Amino acid sequence: MTNKVLEVVDLKKSYGAIQAVGGVSLEVREGEILGVIGPNGSGKTTLFNSMLGQIEPDSGKVLFKGEDITNLNPMLLNKKGVGRTFQTLQVFGKMTVRDNLIVAGQEHVDSMMKRLFKSPDCDMGQRADDLIETFRLGHVANLPAGSLSYGQQKLVDIAMAFMSKPSLVLLDEPCAGVNPSLVSGLSSLLKEMNKKQGGSFVVIEHNMDFVMDLCHRIVVMVEGKVLAEGLPAEIRANKEVLEAYLGS
Amino acid sequence: MRMKTKLPFMMSLFAIASFVMLVLPLFLKNYGVYLMSYWLIFVLATIGLNLILGYAGLKSLGHAAFMGIAAYIVAMMMKEGINFWVAAPVAVIACFVVGWVIGYPALRVQMHYLAFATIGFNEVVALIFRNEEKYTGGTFGINNIARPSLFGYSLAGNLEFYYFILFVVVAIGLLTYFLVRSPWGKAFTALRDNQIRAESVGVNIQRYTLLAFATGSAIAGIAGCLLAPLVQYIEPTQFNSQTSILLYLMVVLGGSGYFWGPILGGIIGVLFPEWLRFAEGWYMLFFGLIVILLMVKLPNGLLSLPEIINQRKAAKEKAAAQAR
Amino acid sequence: MTDFIQLLVSGIATGTIYALAALGFTLLWQASGTINFATGEFVMVSAFLMLAGLGLGLPLWVSYLLALVLSTIILGYFFKRAIVDPLIRHGIMPVIVATIGLALVAKNTIRIGFGAQAQPFPQIFGGELFQFAGITVSYMEIGTIFLAWFIIFVLNLFLSKTVTGRAMQAVAQNTDSAVVLGINVNKMIFYTFAINAVLATTAALLVTPAYLAKFDMGVSLGMKAFLAAIIGGFNSSRGAMLGGLIVGICENLAGAYISAEYKEAVALVLFLLIILVKPNGLLGKAEQRKV
Repeated sequence: MTNKVLEVVDLKKSYGAIQAVGGVSLEVREGEILGVIGPNGSGKTTLFNSMLGQIEPDSGKVLFKGEDITNLNPMLLNKKGVGRTFQTLQVFGKMTVRDNLIVAGQEHVDSMMKRLFKSPDCDMGQRADDLIETFRLGHVANLPAGSLSYGQQKLVDIAMAFMSKPSLVLLDEPCAGVNPSLVSGLSSLLKEMNKKQGGSFVVIEHNMDFVMDLCHRIVVMVEGKVLAEGLPAEIRANKEVLEAYLGS
Repeated sequence: MRMKTKLPFMMSLFAIASFVMLVLPLFLKNYGVYLMSYWLIFVLATIGLNLILGYAGLKSLGHAAFMGIAAYIVAMMMKEGINFWVAAPVAVIACFVVGWVIGYPALRVQMHYLAFATIGFNEVVALIFRNEEKYTGGTFGINNIARPSLFGYSLAGNLEFYYFILFVVVAIGLLTYFLVRSPWGKAFTALRDNQIRAESVGVNIQRYTLLAFATGSAIAGIAGCLLAPLVQYIEPTQFNSQTSILLYLMVVLGGSGYFWGPILGGIIGVLFPEWLRFAEGWYMLFFGLIVILLMVKLPNGLLSLPEIINQRKAAKEKAAAQAR
Repeated sequence: MTDFIQLLVSGIATGTIYALAALGFTLLWQASGTINFATGEFVMVSAFLMLAGLGLGLPLWVSYLLALVLSTIILGYFFKRAIVDPLIRHGIMPVIVATIGLALVAKNTIRIGFGAQAQPFPQIFGGELFQFAGITVSYMEIGTIFLAWFIIFVLNLFLSKTVTGRAMQAVAQNTDSAVVLGINVNKMIFYTFAINAVLATTAALLVTPAYLAKFDMGVSLGMKAFLAAIIGGFNSSRGAMLGGLIVGICENLAGAYISAEYKEAVALVLFLLIILVKPNGLLGKAEQRKV
């Protein structure tokens, strides 16, 4: 019986008359890469943000390793072992790439007071260098993150999510805005991270090839509800899913 | 720290600076020594504000209030016969605590609203100084503030007190340097650059905001403790929002978030106006124009100039490479 | 009771002047995201423009009209083109800092040009008092109230009944939609700056007789206008006016019933309460926090 790292129980969120998420339940198993797909407006991002303490759900629960984390603020969530990337790019523009990574990991080292007396790298130097190598950011590691190309900043954003060695990483549209030729490379990268560091991933994406290649299991959302769930091959053959995407 | 300049340049700069700071005052008259002391105190206060504004990104427009709180506590306690060396730590701790308390509203209001709230705070503090005549002397202030003695050695002389101030400023400058270089410094900057991302990687926004505010305010407090015995007469208008605005301008002009910004800002904002007192109207006019010009051309302050030049160079090289 | 009403009338008169300045401050914010820390100095400069006119021998009302034109050009057009336009894309703080610089420039230019002495300024309504139902009020106070509210009334008519006015409102509420509707946003923003200049000049006409014309007269006035705008609602025109009245009335009452020193504290205390409890002001709408 595989462990459930994350469990979403009947989550609901409405904005006025619009029900963005209308009772979604799903689970993420240990070590798996779960894909969440669906047409625009299906509620994927609202679901994500509700899971991550960014938005308050109207009802329902989110359980992380059995513990109720509904409405827990993002900082505490991260301390418990949840990392995330953002759909709209969020890096620390004025800091170097390497410093971005160090900050992303340092808050998990010791206590705040002890950190005051640590070296600037805060014991995260080696880990940051490793990720820089894995993500092939070596040549830009000492440049301000804001000066990088969009695709490179995306990589920094993703690498940052891994710095604290989280048990669960949520990736919000990692391929958006990335050069198509780099997408397959990104998929291999994430598979490598999944194997090396372990942990479970949840990926929201629109890029079908990427999702089919990367994910172990897929959940399809349409109009705020789960339409289908299963292995990539099953989802690809599912008539209802095809209809949802192509319209009737 | 953003300095990637060559070592020989840095060494010669350091040598010149040491000469100016250590040796020059011996050749200056009383007024010159006083001016350098006065400037150093404001550099110190600006270092504190640079921590709050430059590194943590909190728009505080009430910094002078903390100089005032410390100055008045020291002056009032000394009037009661309490030793400077007891009064000063009390004053600094008071500033830390008040800064921490003020930090709480800072968590709740954003950006320009914080600027507004801190102005309000400053005005309230200045009002209290003006009105509580029994304790603070009201608009007449407190005069005849004595300079302390250190282990029996009197610091009353202008030169002696100058070196004492220099020592304190350099010491605090060093401590601030280590603070900014430490993981805390990165956390502050993360807080400034992208609060949402910072939160999502585990940065405790609350705690760091309060720390930045309290620490920066305590540093202003130290400056205030030094100011009272330097000028030996304090009154409310020295610590009103006009002064806070000047401190803010000094951080911004020098370079917000650059380590050496406060020194540059202090020269333009305090040293020159005092020195050019006779032309005060013209100087402030000129100063105002510089502020406007700088905001239009170099919004990140004078020390951002090397960075901007590098960026322009890199952009040109990139364009040239693409054209090939 | 008569004392109270007299204080109330004075308070309304003072508050109306604060309301004019606060209104200009708020309109600039709504239309263009500009926070003008030189609001008080705008009033001061207008006062000196009129003083210059008087010095040339022109009658007051001519000086006033002349000042309206000049302030529209200098404080409206040039302010917008030279300072606000280049800076607004860098965010709010650079604009704030630049207006602080502008305030310094204005104060010191006037100080150099006109000296540091306070100069008298004629009253448009005459300084006489008159009795009304047992209360003593001055023509100046009543005149101030009527003239200022007349201007505000005309402004309101303009904004709600004319095409240009409604276009300006559209720009203030939602710039992107305004562009889509084909509205010349830049022009509308300029009109807002022009209106701000008109309000500043009118405020100067009404306040300088009592304050006297001095290079630093804008400092406390600017602070009051700023506090009033925040109290009433930074992003609401009605709020700014309400804020102005509240500050004016409370100040006057506090000055008489509590103490002269703590007169200044009233506005501050209200301000701090609002900032902590309802940061958007009494009538303000919540501003979205961008994720």
